[in-house]
Amino acid sequence: MATESLHHDAHAEEHEHHDAGPTKVFGFWVYLMSDLVIFGTLFATYAVLMKGTAGGPTGADIFELPLILFGTFALLISSFTFGMGVLAMNANRVGQVKMWLGITFVLGLMFLGMEIYEFHHLIHEGFGPDRSAFLSAFFTLVGTHGLHVTFGMIWILVMLVQLSTKGLNDKTRPRILCLSLFWHFLDIVWICVFSFVYLMGVLV
Amino acid sequence: MFGKLSLEAIPYHEPILVIAGLVGILGGAALLGALTYFRKWGWLWNEWFTSVDHKKLGIMYFIVALIMLLRGFADALMMRVQQAIAAGGSAGILPPDHYDQIFTAHGVIMIFFVAMPMVIGLMNLVVPLQIGARDVAFPFLNNLSFWLFAVSALLINVSLFVGEFATTGWLAYAPLSGIEYSPGVGVDYWIWALQISGIGTTLTGINFFVTILKMRTKGMTLFRMPIFTWTSLCANVLIIASFPILTATIAMLTLDRYLGMNFFTNDMGGNVMMYVNLIWAWGHPEVYILILPAFGVFSEVIATFARKRLFGYHTMVWATIAITVLSFIVWLHHFFTMGAGANVNAFFGIMTMIIAIPTGVKVFNWLFTIFRGRLELTSPVLWTLGFIITFTIGGMTGVMLALPAANFVLHNSLFVIAHFHNVIVGGVVFGMMAGLTYWFPKAFGFTLDEKWGKRSFWCWIIGFYVAFMPLYVLSFYGAARRMNSYPNAEWQPWFIVALIGALLIAAGIACTLIQFYVSVRNRDKYADVTGDPWDGRTLEWAASSPPAFYNFARLPVVGDIDSFWSQKQRGNEQLEDAPYTDIHMPRNTVAGPIISVFAMIFGFAMVWHIWWLAGFSAIGMLVSFLMRVSNDDIDYYVPAAEVERIELAHQQRVEAQA
Repeated sequence: MATESLHHDAHAEEHEHHDAGPTKVFGFWVYLMSDLVIFGTLFATYAVLMKGTAGGPTGADIFELPLILFGTFALLISSFTFGMGVLAMNANRVGQVKMWLGITFVLGLMFLGMEIYEFHHLIHEGFGPDRSAFLSAFFTLVGTHGLHVTFGMIWILVMLVQLSTKGLNDKTRPRILCLSLFWHFLDIVWICVFSFVYLMGVLV
Repeated sequence: MFGKLSLEAIPYHEPILVIAGLVGILGGAALLGALTYFRKWGWLWNEWFTSVDHKKLGIMYFIVALIMLLRGFADALMMRVQQAIAAGGSAGILPPDHYDQIFTAHGVIMIFFVAMPMVIGLMNLVVPLQIGARDVAFPFLNNLSFWLFAVSALLINVSLFVGEFATTGWLAYAPLSGIEYSPGVGVDYWIWALQISGIGTTLTGINFFVTILKMRTKGMTLFRMPIFTWTSLCANVLIIASFPILTATIAMLTLDRYLGMNFFTNDMGGNVMMYVNLIWAWGHPEVYILILPAFGVFSEVIATFARKRLFGYHTMVWATIAITVLSFIVWLHHFFTMGAGANVNAFFGIMTMIIAIPTGVKVFNWLFTIFRGRLELTSPVLWTLGFIITFTIGGMTGVMLALPAANFVLHNSLFVIAHFHNVIVGGVVFGMMAGLTYWFPKAFGFTLDEKWGKRSFWCWIIGFYVAFMPLYVLSFYGAARRMNSYPNAEWQPWFIVALIGALLIAAGIACTLIQFYVSVRNRDKYADVTGDPWDGRTLEWAASSPPAFYNFARLPVVGDIDSFWSQKQRGNEQLEDAPYTDIHMPRNTVAGPIISVFAMIFGFAMVWHIWWLAGFSAIGMLVSFLMRVSNDDIDYYVPAAEVERIELAHQQRVEAQA
């Protein structure tokens, strides 16, 4: 769908050229798949090291589901708001795009705040990533996702600047589409983190 | 201020390193001096370093790779000398710690900084031409990939003179590579050199995957693509799917070493075999990333010089795809001795043997292409024939290693060393030499000297057998790999024979260097004006040599496999009359080199724990990237008149020659 909407605005002749919008979006898809392999590797490592608590806490001891659920909803809603932003872009409403991106940014900030609070709290309790292999794997998997969200938010800021200076054109449109893919991708990865790490961690 | 870095880090008490350091510094100074004296900096910067032209990037990959080959081969020679001397109580010339660094550096350099850049360099030079494109999908990323690789090569050479390199073996197995057993900076150099170049490789993989899928010229369906493009496509799929595993694994080792985490430690719940599994989950596909494009080269060479369409094009493609898939489900054969149990070992053993089937299919395809062809014994063909024989032997020893029961005896012995050199030298090196000779005229406009090329081939192939067959023999006596010395003096004659083999290979490398010199000197005699010196079959031979920066003035239209060949047969020059049009091209960019230099400083700072510098260079990377993305002036149009002028000049040269 993302690629489709781009076709309407790009000039027909652009299709054979370098960095033409659809090629960019396709290339970004491929990048996301390679990024997915990184997350896959971290998930596999987490699964292997989950029991390696070395006398330290297990997931059931330290996960605070209500807090995580709050962050999860912030991130899920942010995917929706970003989707609204893309719809606004397709309708050529720059102001609305900026507004929705701004809301997305704030929701991302809430999610990150939740995560930083959780990490800080755990480290403060003496359950830092060096405490056990389980905690190393946990901090790295969740932290890598958080790092991605951080980069996504920097990207949102960059796009807000570019939308103000350049407006919507054949350079900024593919970027917003790629950022949108990135953001939804992080959402999907988070659903896996929430299910496999937190929910199953509390169950076990 | 300087973290762990102090004057102590300079190894001035080791004469070999001091000499190597002086040679490196003097050579570098001479090169920089010459560039300044001849006022070539501007030319180098504008025409090469900032270039986004895939052909120039391909050439630069090859230049760096050849320099690194000399470095990696010097390591090999030192190891052979050491083992030829250090028998029965003799200590040899290299202390154990230095010897360990050398075999680690040899492996890392040969795989990451010789074989990979040669393969990627060939892909850069050839693939866009073969698919009738004017450039790759993301020209800036292509430049960035090259520079990330180049600065990593520089970083690994810095470790020679500042500090030390890893003593862990080329894959830095944990827990040996952990902070507890390797407290020095050697492993850190390994980490950052591989991490930076690995990210560049991932970007290359994405770039060429998209290029091949999205930028083929009109009429070139997937099953009309030249085999080299097919094998490159599969290699890029492997890069995209496997290099992120390397990135994540090295990142976890980094966290273990820098933040005291416990992924791969002995205690605190860590799992060292997880490291070995992950590194080979990348490492096995990696060997196919290297060998598949080499298979592609041989296919092109054989079809061209046998003057025949490749036998079984479709089976060749499907065999390539089968190998691509299978390469992901065999990794455990690198450590059958882990103790995963009989069933797991049996599965991976059988899967490994199954890979031999598509590979065998390929061998028969090449043989049947030769059969009843008119094979011309040029040097690329010699490399190919040498490959078919050598690789088949290496493949057979590989199937022997795939038997878990035999593997328990052969594990960590010289048999493994002999086997993988058998396939990597016989496969990848011969393939790259064939490809270099075959496509050299396309890159430079003149062919390489055949006489010295053939001499190089004979030195290499004889040298290879003399150097590595003794290692098979020694492995049956129980000789382990990575030995600094050995008590049993009866082994010594075999090691001396191996040294002689290594010296023969050195002569082969010397022949190649002489070949370059002789060919450049006689470049007028060897000039290839037509762009088609071998009577080739695929589209790269339709462009001039070297091709104009836009490759094709009019994009070719493809009707079948080996379309250029059949067009020549029909004498069909349908496109000649069409008017030239404006051509859209990317501009050169300074962002690639600048981001990469920051990346190298970042790596160096991380190695030595100079945190402020690491922070500074990280911000530098981010800012220079943001400056790149805010720059809208990244492309331009070449006017049709300019295209016409260039094409006319080319036609006049062709006619003058005729």
